[in-house]
Amino acid sequence: MSEENKFKGQAKQVYRMLIMVWCVVLLGTAFAIYALVDPSLSAFKEKETELVVVDDTISEDDWDKVENGIHLRTGFVDDDGLMTVVTNCTSCHSAKMVTQNRMTKERWIATIRWMQETQNLWDLGKNEDIIVNYLAKNYAPKNMGRRANLENIEWYELN
Amino acid sequence: MAGIIGADIVFGSKMPINYQPLALQDTDPFVLFGLDKEMVVLNDKPWNIEAKAHLLDEKVTSNKNMFIRNNGIPPENIDVASWTLVIDGESVEQTKTYTLSELKSKFKHYTYQLTVECGGNGRSEFNPPAKGNQWTIGAVSCASWTGVRLKDILDDVGVKDSAVYIGYHAADSHISRDPNKEPISRGVPMRKAVQEETLVAFKMNGEDIPAAHGYPLRLVCGGWPASTSGKWLNRISVRNIEHDGAKMKAPAYRVPKNTVAPGEKVEDEDMKIIESMPVKSLITYPKSGAVLELDKKLKIRGHAWAGELEVDQMEYSIDFGATWQTCSIEKPVNRLAWQHFNAVITFPEKGYYEVWARATDANGVGQPMLVPGWNPKGYLNNACHRIAVKVK
Ligand code: HEC
Repeated sequence: MSEENKFKGQAKQVYRMLIMVWCVVLLGTAFAIYALVDPSLSAFKEKETELVVVDDTISEDDWDKVENGIHLRTGFVDDDGLMTVVTNCTSCHSAKMVTQNRMTKERWIATIRWMQETQNLWDLGKNEDIIVNYLAKNYAPKNMGRRANLENIEWYELN
Repeated sequence: MAGIIGADIVFGSKMPINYQPLALQDTDPFVLFGLDKEMVVLNDKPWNIEAKAHLLDEKVTSNKNMFIRNNGIPPENIDVASWTLVIDGESVEQTKTYTLSELKSKFKHYTYQLTVECGGNGRSEFNPPAKGNQWTIGAVSCASWTGVRLKDILDDVGVKDSAVYIGYHAADSHISRDPNKEPISRGVPMRKAVQEETLVAFKMNGEDIPAAHGYPLRLVCGGWPASTSGKWLNRISVRNIEHDGAKMKAPAYRVPKNTVAPGEKVEDEDMKIIESMPVKSLITYPKSGAVLELDKKLKIRGHAWAGELEVDQMEYSIDFGATWQTCSIEKPVNRLAWQHFNAVITFPEKGYYEVWARATDANGVGQPMLVPGWNPKGYLNNACHRIAVKVK
C-alpha cells in the first residue's frame, strides 16, 4: 500500500468516527430537548402514561373535595357559605389564619372592618352576611375558663 | 419542590451568600427553614411557626428551634452587594446611606444573647379567645446576635433633640402584594434605641442570619415584643413623633391602659403600646408526659426571663401552688439574655402531678398561675408553665 493510500484509509477512519460522534451528540441533544419538554419522560413509560393522563374533571372535583365535613384544600368546615368564604378569605393569607380563631358575630364583623380599613380587604357586599353567619356559627368561641387542663399528653417512660 | 430547593437548604447557614431560596412562601417549611420536625405550623401564609417547650432546652436557641413570625412575604431577591441601610426621618441631621460592608467596617461589633419573644406568645389561652395567630408557649427564643450598636450609627448620622422614636422599614412585602403597603413597620422610643444591647445585627449564632429571621440585616431589641426587632432591615427613620408605621396603631401590639373585664370592648385611645415584656419562664426538661418510678428523683431545668429586668427568684410547685420550692437560677450571660434554672424533685407518693414553674423579677413581680388580665388582642400571657408527670 502506498503512503497516499494509507493516508486515505486513515482519513476515512477518522471521518467515520466523526460521523459517529456527531450522531451521538445529535441524539443526545434531541433527547435533552425532549426531556426539557417532558421531564417525566412519560412517552417512554407506557404503563405510567396511562396513569399520568389525568381526567380534568376529576382533578377539579378533588380541588374542592369535602371529607368528614372538612373542605380538604383549606381545612374549612363544610357548611352554607363555604365557597363564599373560600373565595373571599384565602387570597391574602391561608385559611389557617381564619380557622385558628374563635369569635362572636360582632367580633368577626370587627375583624373584617379592621382588614378593610388597614389590610386592603374589599367591600364584601351582600356576601358579608353569608360569610359572617358562616364564621359565627362554625368558629364561635368556647368557654375555656381561666386555665384549662393539660390535654393530649403523650406519656413516656423517663429513665 | 424538594428536588429544586435541594436538601442542602437544611443547612441554611451554609447557603451561598447570594442564594435565593425559591418560592419562600410555598414549599415544605421544615426543609425550607431547616426546622426541627416537631415545630408547629400555625399559619402557612404568612409563615407562623412555633416551638414546643422541650425544643427550647438549648441555652442558646438554634435556628431549627426558633419560632417564625412573618407578617408579610419575605424578600425573594436578596443581593447583599447592593443592600443598604438608610437612616432618615424628621430628626436626623442628614439622611445617610450605608452599604453592608460600610456598616461592618465602620462600627465596632458586639455580640449579645438576646431574648426575643412575640408579644402574642400564649394568646391561645385567653378567654374569650383573642384574635390572631394562636401561639401557645413557643414564640420565644434567645439566640446570640452579632452586629453594630444602633446608637453608634445614630451618633455617626447625628440626631436632633426633637427625636422621640425610631421606626424600621424592611424589604418584605404585604401579603396582598400591594407595593404601597408595608406588612409591618414598628420601632422603639429613643431610650430603647440607644441602649448598648440594641443591635443592627448581621449574624445569628455566629453565622449569616437565616432567611426567615431577617437575612441579611435585622434590628434586634431584646426584652421587647419581637415585632420591634425588624427583619430584612433596610431603613430606620428617626421620628419626632411616636412612629406611625404599619401595626403601630391600636389595637396592634397594645393593651388596655386600665384593666378591663374579659371580652370588654376597648376604644383605640384607651390602649397603650407594649414596651418591656413581663417576667416568664419555661420548663424545657423533661418533656411533658414523663412517667417515672417513685424512688427516682426528677431533675428539671429551663429558662426564665423578664424583659428589661433580671429574674431574681425561681420556684417550682408539685401541688398546684399550695407550696413552692426554690430552684437554683444562674445570672444572665449579659443583660436581656434569658437565665437558666434547675431543681431536683422528690415525689412523696405515686400519682398524677403537674410541675409548675414560677419566676419573680427584680421588682418582686412574679408570674400569675392563672391567665393574666384579658386584653382584646391577647398579648402578654405570662402565666406559669407546667408539665405533666406520672409517678408509679
Ligand atoms: C386583602 C387581603 C386580605 C383578605 C382578602 C382577607 N384578609 Fe384577613 N388579614 C389580612 C392581613 C394582612 C392580616 C394580618 C396578618 C398577620 O398579622 O399575620 C389578616 C388577619 C386576619 C385575622 C387575624 C386578625 C388579627 O387580629 O390578627 C383573621 C381572623 C382574618 N384575617 C380573617 C379573614 C377573613 C374571615 C377573611 C374573609 C372575609 C379575610 N381575613 C380576608 C388580609 C386579608
